[in-house]
Amino acid sequence: MKLSLGKWLLPVYSALALLFLMIPIGYTFVYSFNDSLKSNIVWRGFTFDKWLNVCNVQNGAVCEAFGNSLFIGAVATVVATTLGTMIAIAIVRYRFKFRSQTSLLLFLPMATPEVVLGAGLAAQFLSLGVPKDMLTIILAHTMFCISFVVVTVKARVASLDPALEEAGRDLYGSAAQVFARITFPLLLPGILAAALLSFALSFDDFIITNFNSGSVTTFPKYIWISAARGIPAEANVLASAVFILALVVVVTVQVSGAAKARRLAKLT
Amino acid sequence: MAFAAFSTTTAPSTDEVARRRSPVALFLLLPGILYLVLFFLTPLVSLLLTSLQTPREFGDIGQYDYAFRWQNYSDVVTTYWPHIVRSFSYALVATFFALVISYPLAYFIGVKARKWPLLQSLMLVLVIAPFFISFLLRTLAWKQLFSDESIVVQSLKALSLLGPEAHVTGTAFSVIFGLTYNFIPFMTLPLYTTLERLDVRYLEAGNDLYASPFQVFRRVTIPLSMPGIVAGTLLTFIPAAGDYINASRDFLGGTGTQMMGNVIEANFLVLQNYPSAAALSIILMTVILVIVSVYVKRSGTEELL
Repeated sequence: MKLSLGKWLLPVYSALALLFLMIPIGYTFVYSFNDSLKSNIVWRGFTFDKWLNVCNVQNGAVCEAFGNSLFIGAVATVVATTLGTMIAIAIVRYRFKFRSQTSLLLFLPMATPEVVLGAGLAAQFLSLGVPKDMLTIILAHTMFCISFVVVTVKARVASLDPALEEAGRDLYGSAAQVFARITFPLLLPGILAAALLSFALSFDDFIITNFNSGSVTTFPKYIWISAARGIPAEANVLASAVFILALVVVVTVQVSGAAKARRLAKLT
Repeated sequence: MAFAAFSTTTAPSTDEVARRRSPVALFLLLPGILYLVLFFLTPLVSLLLTSLQTPREFGDIGQYDYAFRWQNYSDVVTTYWPHIVRSFSYALVATFFALVISYPLAYFIGVKARKWPLLQSLMLVLVIAPFFISFLLRTLAWKQLFSDESIVVQSLKALSLLGPEAHVTGTAFSVIFGLTYNFIPFMTLPLYTTLERLDVRYLEAGNDLYASPFQVFRRVTIPLSMPGIVAGTLLTFIPAAGDYINASRDFLGGTGTQMMGNVIEANFLVLQNYPSAAALSIILMTVILVIVSVYVKRSGTEELL
């Protein structure tokens, strides 16, 4: 495509598009070093203070919200990954009634706008008289993560060679042994990817959380509440730290995956 | 990788695997399915019931009784029709721009960068990088960059491209801009996964048959990448239509840019007018489901579901 005119057009455009995606990230990172007062809007000079004393602002409200988000993300991830992996195995490996209904039930939460999911759960909790707290947030997050786990793990289960498990059974492995020693280790990369995705979805969710959190503050909710009067630079520090950590994890996974592929290529 | 979740097209066909019938299936399915029934399906039913409630006689604010007050629906439509129209038109425009911006990028990563796997994975990491930093902080960053004192707005005013009294934040432009920006990765990833598997020999065949580059693009590349286009536009349109962060007054929106999500949020969490919030949610969900099913049928990509 476009060989004469556009030998450089497409690469340059792509670089600019990626640069465009990076602008708000760069802004957030740079302003985490701003020697700001209450609100972090005007540049007042460079400082490491906010990175060194993250929890000192507003009696540690930012850090408390951040901790809540970590806790909620961890619990929701464990529950959603377990339930979702079980469903994924069943869908790929077994025959059962109501198959298309099950697929629809798994697809719908992904096709429903978050505001509807959030309002629906909140209406249910309201009519049952359930008080909104940490538990209701976890229940909500687990719900929307399950479908994403199923989609991610399903691909991995489908690519698994059933002959490997048969070999295990031929060698007198019990069903539990075959699962623990063969199936689970082979599925692990898919399960880990699903867990990471769940955690990321839960950690950054605001719309559903806002409807089901009561007085509990998560990190995104803290930013929402503070947006009117100004976000302290400490929020930028925490967000930037998470960004760097996630980037390191993803790059490590990519590089080790590439290295593994190269080793395998050498063997064959 | 986590990319898989963004594209239903990556999963290989599971039909070749011999499936067994076994009680194990029930044990594996039941907990998760039960969970979704309890925390996804019944909430939708309770949303429907709430949308038909009537204010309690002599009751306080926020007290309602179950009834079949269908009038709630006509009430919210007459009160909030500008928000309803705005939600879908903003989402449509943002989806269009996201597609136009993402397609060349996805094409470069998926087709042209094949020769350099390292560049390819680096670019993919950059595409998903926005997910690693808070959605709300990203959106606020644009608000600061577009504020009246910012360099961007000051230079636009100096060049007389913007009137001296004009603002960028709080306008339809900034809300659509924010929606477009925030959902570009959701568009790019599924486009990438289909373009990555595009067989370039089809394009060469088109060239050999004297098709112009534009004809090859329109008649070969686009149809072959249709599953990615459908998945990407849905992954952008659905969350954009229900979003209330970008259009919020504290973020990129203003009084004249409020969308359905903002009204649902305000009615539910501030005004405690639960029936109106519920009725609007049901309308939003119904319209989206109708749009999705018609769109998927017409583009001939039913297997996506």
